[in-house]
Amino acid sequence: MKKLALKELESLFAAIAAQQTLYLPQDDAAGQAQFAAWKEGAARSRRLNTARSAKDLFFPQVENLAGFKREGKSIEIFETREDVRPFTVFGVRACDARSFEILDKVFLKAPVDTFYASRREMGTVITLACTKPDETCFCRSFGIDPANPAGDVSCWMDEETLYWQANTAKGETLTSELPMLEDGGEEAVKAQQEKLHVILEKLPLAQLDLSKVGAGETEALFNRPEWKSLSESCLGCGTCTFVCPTCQCYDVQEFNTGKTVRRFRCWDSCMYSDFTKMSAGQPRPTQLERFRQRFMHKLVYFPDNNDGQFGCVGCGRCLQKCPIHMNIVKVIKTMGGGDDAK
Amino acid sequence: MQGVKEKALELLASGKAQRVLGWKTGEFFYDLTPGVFESAEEVEREFEYGVFAGANLSKYCIAESKKDGVTAVFLKPCDAYSFVQLLKEYKVKREKFYIVGVQCDGMCDMEKIRAAGISGATAVSEDGDTLKISTIYGEETMKKSDALLLKCKTCKSKKLVIFDELLGEQGEDCPESHRFDEVERLERLSPEERFSFWRGELSRCIRCNACRNVCPACTCETCVFDNHNLGTDNKAAASDFEENFFHIIRAFHVTSRCTDCGECSRVCPQHIPLHLLNRKFIKDTNELYGAYQAGADLESRPPLMDFRKDDCEPSVVYERGGAKG
Amino acid sequence: MQVTWKPTIVAFCCNWCSYAGADLSGTNRLQYPANVKIIRIPCSCRLNPMFILRAFQKGADGVILCGCHPGDCHYTTGNYYARRRMTLLFSMLDFLGIEKGRTRVEWVSAAEGAKFAATMNEFVKTITELGENRRLEDLRCKE
Repeated sequence: MKKLALKELESLFAAIAAQQTLYLPQDDAAGQAQFAAWKEGAARSRRLNTARSAKDLFFPQVENLAGFKREGKSIEIFETREDVRPFTVFGVRACDARSFEILDKVFLKAPVDTFYASRREMGTVITLACTKPDETCFCRSFGIDPANPAGDVSCWMDEETLYWQANTAKGETLTSELPMLEDGGEEAVKAQQEKLHVILEKLPLAQLDLSKVGAGETEALFNRPEWKSLSESCLGCGTCTFVCPTCQCYDVQEFNTGKTVRRFRCWDSCMYSDFTKMSAGQPRPTQLERFRQRFMHKLVYFPDNNDGQFGCVGCGRCLQKCPIHMNIVKVIKTMGGGDDAK
Repeated sequence: MQGVKEKALELLASGKAQRVLGWKTGEFFYDLTPGVFESAEEVEREFEYGVFAGANLSKYCIAESKKDGVTAVFLKPCDAYSFVQLLKEYKVKREKFYIVGVQCDGMCDMEKIRAAGISGATAVSEDGDTLKISTIYGEETMKKSDALLLKCKTCKSKKLVIFDELLGEQGEDCPESHRFDEVERLERLSPEERFSFWRGELSRCIRCNACRNVCPACTCETCVFDNHNLGTDNKAAASDFEENFFHIIRAFHVTSRCTDCGECSRVCPQHIPLHLLNRKFIKDTNELYGAYQAGADLESRPPLMDFRKDDCEPSVVYERGGAKG
Repeated sequence: MQVTWKPTIVAFCCNWCSYAGADLSGTNRLQYPANVKIIRIPCSCRLNPMFILRAFQKGADGVILCGCHPGDCHYTTGNYYARRRMTLLFSMLDFLGIEKGRTRVEWVSAAEGAKFAATMNEFVKTITELGENRRLEDLRCKE
């Protein structure tokens, strides 16, 4: 384990940024944290987590796939892929770090999504352990330890010091290029982890019961009458899906520039009325089916296909951002039954 | 506010309403969800009204209007304006609703509380103008006025323009709302400054459509931005232009129908001050075509569905305020 | 080699007055720049604000709407509505910091061929001075 005095943090960022683009949570004009490229003097956000997730850096909202140009009767297809340069993301929380594992299972399984794959290959993830989780956090329910985040490098921070632990070859390489890091820090990190574990027990969602959802529960949950009242409140906007670190649905669209056609993909949302709409019609005609799809996907279908792993990381973004405060926790509790049914 | 839940129970019990449209209690103290209650048990268990019941229930009335029987709905003053506007546009049927007007002192915004650095909040209590917030890290306090929703900070009216029954006192318009102050500040900037302001704001847009879907004036069956047959659909802000396009056109489509309920800014996950676009249109309409408040009554003609032979020419824009652009 | 930039102007003309006015300016051999592209619409109030923004997206540097003089609308009142809409829309574009000179409304009757040519000459001059449309452009269309 390595460490660095926090007053030297700027020099660490500068050293990384000298090699490659460094993304870091910074406050935007509205005061929310967002991942943005580090420039000299840029201040690291103090907010617990970014409003948009770290997914954006690996699976951007809009991405060109190909271009078409017509000349006479022939159509030329041209490459629109931009070269992905090596980059580093600092300050990814444990929940978002787990989301990469989930996205990998979707995009890196054959046929491999080469756009995503190249960003995963080029990107180095430096995670940062949480010290002050919010009431909306429930990553623990999915077996994530926010005191011990994954990533190529894991970091911990206290009032004065940054602690640095390389986990992968990519992380080791980066570490070797940063001479300002000194050895030590194990004790302090251990103490911080223990402190956080105590806090985690106190979180309101610490005891979230996932026993009624998960792999194999399709039959039990699909036709539950509660979907109707739950989905009735839903506005059908895409907020939850777009701030979600694990939502991975996209739509492929074309844009006619007047001279050529660009084929691009953009995030889609299962909450949208035209989600999976086909020439034959809409298989999910009302908000009930679309709403159910989102939660069944995360809580049942994904675990079904991925050895029980849930498609949710408990980051709490949808709890904070839903315009009408409908969210995955309310769904889990409703489907979980018992005294705590909402 | 006392008596809201009791009123819901009473209306169901007396048979005046077959269901109640209100707010359902959440996981925390602040995450109330609009919802429909069909039985007294449900109301007993889940109905909650308080300083976090900011959501405007009017939009849900469109769906409720199609159901059999009468729905009792609780409307705050700004929600009542939206309801009247929907009535004016034949989107809801008056006889399908029993409207309980609820007076309101302003609703709070959890995002504001978070922005003040308060995390891990588990409970809240009001003490005069102070919010006492219990968190897992200890007790915090915050002035309620600092935690108010943006729309409540510049509340235009506390008058309930429609109701069958009133809880609390009938209120008055708030002429001192200063709701156009921010628009005026922007108008005084140079075009370059305005451009970079809006670029900075709109570039954050993620096209989640929350502003549109929550808007009680956005009632099209298929939005022009979802209409593939028209070729006007677009799902992502694939370029700077698309961001401008969506927001200009959306604001324009609700011009003279927007009641300034402020839901668009409340729901924006990226905190874009979208209400400023609507207020700009309202301010211009007021100045050029006479004061008009959408949703204030059923009779008046909306400015964009009306004209005078001596209306100003569009060139008036070149002469009005701001530096030459 | 220096290429002199010429603006692209889209002129939406109402079928009954301004389109005929443009025709008349042509038959009278009155000169106006060739970079004005005329799009005929049934009435000035047919002009959806989306059309204006789309024109800018697809490469226009200036957009002008020409219709019958107020009071002379073929459909009696169409241009009165258009007048209000365009006033509000132009004001909004200005509010967003988009140069206000880029959009204009002129009333041109079927008899005003000379006015049409003069208006277009003047508008092209204004837009040339304003330069390229940068604030409502779509970079994808400028490849």
